[in-house]
Amino acid sequence: MQAVQVQNLSHQYKGAENPLIQNLNLSVSEGQSFGLFGPNGAGKTTLMSLITGVLKPQSGSVKLLGLDIKNHKKEVRHQFGYVPQSLSFYDELSPVQNLEYFGAMMGLSRKQIKDRGEMLLNVLGLEKVGTKPVKEFSGGMKRRVNLAIGVLHQPRILFLDEPTVGVDVQTRHAIIQYLKELNANGTTLFYTSHHLSEAQELCNEIALIDNGKILAKDSLQVMLKNHEEDTLENLFLKLTGKQYRD
Amino acid sequence: MKKLLASIVKDFRLLLRDKVGLILMFAMPILLVLVITSLQNNTFKIVNDHQVPLVFFNQDGEDVSLELEKALRQVGMFDLIVDSKASNASDISNTMSERDALVGLYLPKGFSQRITQNAEQLTSQAMSDLGVGFGDLQLSERGITDLDVYYSPVLQESYRMAVEGALKSSLQVVQSRKMLNLIYQTLNESEMPEEVEQDLLHNEIVLNTQTVTNDGSGKIPNATQHNVPAWTIFAMFFMVTSLGSSLVREKLNGSFIRLKTMPGGYLAGIFSKQLVYLAVALVQVVVIFSIGAWVFPHIGLPALELPSDLLALFMVSVVSGLCAISYALCLGVYSNTEEQTNGFGAVSIVILAALGGILVPSFAMPDSFRVFTAISPLHWCLEAYYELFLASGKLTDLWPTLWPILAITLFLQTLAFVGLKRKNLI
Repeated sequence: MQAVQVQNLSHQYKGAENPLIQNLNLSVSEGQSFGLFGPNGAGKTTLMSLITGVLKPQSGSVKLLGLDIKNHKKEVRHQFGYVPQSLSFYDELSPVQNLEYFGAMMGLSRKQIKDRGEMLLNVLGLEKVGTKPVKEFSGGMKRRVNLAIGVLHQPRILFLDEPTVGVDVQTRHAIIQYLKELNANGTTLFYTSHHLSEAQELCNEIALIDNGKILAKDSLQVMLKNHEEDTLENLFLKLTGKQYRD
Repeated sequence: MKKLLASIVKDFRLLLRDKVGLILMFAMPILLVLVITSLQNNTFKIVNDHQVPLVFFNQDGEDVSLELEKALRQVGMFDLIVDSKASNASDISNTMSERDALVGLYLPKGFSQRITQNAEQLTSQAMSDLGVGFGDLQLSERGITDLDVYYSPVLQESYRMAVEGALKSSLQVVQSRKMLNLIYQTLNESEMPEEVEQDLLHNEIVLNTQTVTNDGSGKIPNATQHNVPAWTIFAMFFMVTSLGSSLVREKLNGSFIRLKTMPGGYLAGIFSKQLVYLAVALVQVVVIFSIGAWVFPHIGLPALELPSDLLALFMVSVVSGLCAISYALCLGVYSNTEEQTNGFGAVSIVILAALGGILVPSFAMPDSFRVFTAISPLHWCLEAYYELFLASGKLTDLWPTLWPILAITLFLQTLAFVGLKRKNLI
C-alpha cells in the first residue's frame, strides 16, 4: 500500500512569479523511511505542508494510506503525525502538560496520554524534567519534546521537517535511533533534512528536490550507481548546482 | 467536548504563567479605580470640606472691605488669611508662597469708598427712574470696581471658575447691602434695621436638585458609581495585552500549524481562549465591584451600590467581556509580533477609552470628537453600565446600548475569522 501518493501537485504562493511546486508526482510505500533532500528554497517544507494539509494546493491530489486528504480530513489526520521544523508547542508549559494538551487534541484518552507520555519521556531522556517549563530547556531537549508530541498518538506515517536542526551530536544520535526504532515497528517516515549523512543512516529511499521538482528518487545505492557518483554530497551538487541558494 | 476541556485547561495554565498579563488585567485597573475615584471624590471635598487657602490683602481696612471679609468667611469655601502689609505684586506673590495659599485677593486703598460711590450712583439712577429724590446724600462720580485676584498656578481652571463664582457672589452681597441701605435711607430717612437687611439679603431661592432615574429613586450618583464601572470596562479591554500576545505567540511558535494537522483542534483552541478570557472578564467585574462595594467605605470613599437588576448586570458584563475579547482576538490575529499587539493594543485602548467617555465625560468633548464616540466599543459598554448604575435601568432598558455592542462584537469576530483564514491559520 502507498503511504503517500502525490499526483500532479502544484502550488504557487501569493505574489510569487512562478509556482514553487509544479505538477509534482511522488509516492512512498508504507513502512519506508523516506528522506527528501534539497537546497534552501527547493520546496521541501512547502511539499510537506501540502501533503499534511497545512497548505492547500492549487491543483493536484494527495492521498495518505489511500485516503484523499481533502475528502477524508478527519480520518487522515488520525493516521499521521507531524513534527514541524519550528518548535511548535507551549514554552511556558512542561513536557507533560504539552503532551496532555496535544494528546487530547488527537483524541487520546487520559490513560493513553499518561502511558504513552511516560514511555516517550523515558525513551527521549526527558523523564527527569517532565514537569519543568520547556522554556528552561536546551535546544536539543526542546527538539525531543517537539518529536514526542508528534509521535504521541502512534501515527502510521510520521512527517518530520528537519527534526535534527540545531542539535548536538548526542541529541541527533538519540533522535535518529528513536526514528529507526519507530520505522522498524512499522511507522512510515517522511523526512527532510540538510544533513546528507542522515540519508545513509536512516533512509531506505531518498529523493532530491529542487525548484519544486523531484530530480531523482531511489535507494541511495541505486541512485549513486545510476549517476556514477560515490557520495550523496557529490550527487547533490551535481544535480542541484554549486551556486548559493538564499 | 474533551478537546475543548483540554484546551481550556491549557489556556488557564498559560494564563496563570502570564504574570505581567495578570498584573495588567487586575492590579493596574484596581489601582486606577482607587486613584481616580479618590481624586474625583477629593474634587468635591476640596470645595466642600477642605477650604481653599485665600490671602485677603486688605490695604483698605474700611467698612466695605471688612464686610467683604465677613461675607467671604460666610461662604465657607475659603480658609481666609488676612494680610494688610503686602502692597505690590511681588509682596503678594511672596506672601502667597509663604502661606501656601492658592488664591490672593487684593483690595487697594479706597476700595470701600469706590464701592460706596458705585452704589450711590446706581441707587441715584434707580431712584430718579422712579421719580424719587436722593435726599441730602452727596452724589459723587461712579467708582471703578475692578479687583486683582491672584491664583497659584497649581489651581486648575475648574477650581478657578468655582473660586471666581464665590468671590463675585460675596462682592454682590456687599454691593447689594450698600445699595439697599441707601435706598432705605432715602425712602425712610433712617438706617435700615438689621432684621430687614437680613430678610432682604438672604431671601435666596433654594434649588432642589433631582437626579433622573428609571426607578424614580432619584439617587445622587457619586464618584464611585461613575468610576468603578468605567474602569472595569477599561480593565476588560486591557486584556488585549494578554490575550493578543498569547495568540501572537501561538502563531509564531507554530502551535496553530501543528493544530491544523490534528482533527478539529484549532476550533477548540480559538473557542477555549474566548471562554477562558470571558471568565477572566467576569472575575475582573466581581473583584473590582467587590472592592467598590466593600473596600471603598473603609478608605473614606463612597461605597458602590450595585444595581437592583443583577441579571441585567450579568448580561452587560458578559456582552462587554465578549466585545473586549473580540477586540483582543482581532488584534492578535492581525499583529505579527508581540510588540505590535502590546504597543498598539495599549495605546488603542487608551484612545478608545478617551473617545468612549471613560477618561473624560462624552458631553465634555468637542463636537468634532463626539462623532467618533459611537465607534468606540467602550462607549457602548459604559452607557450600558451607566444605565444600570446611575439610572437604575432594567434589562429591557438596555437594548439600545446592547445592540451596538453585539454588532461591534460580531464585526470584530468576523474580521478575526477572515484574518485567520487569510493567514492560513485555520
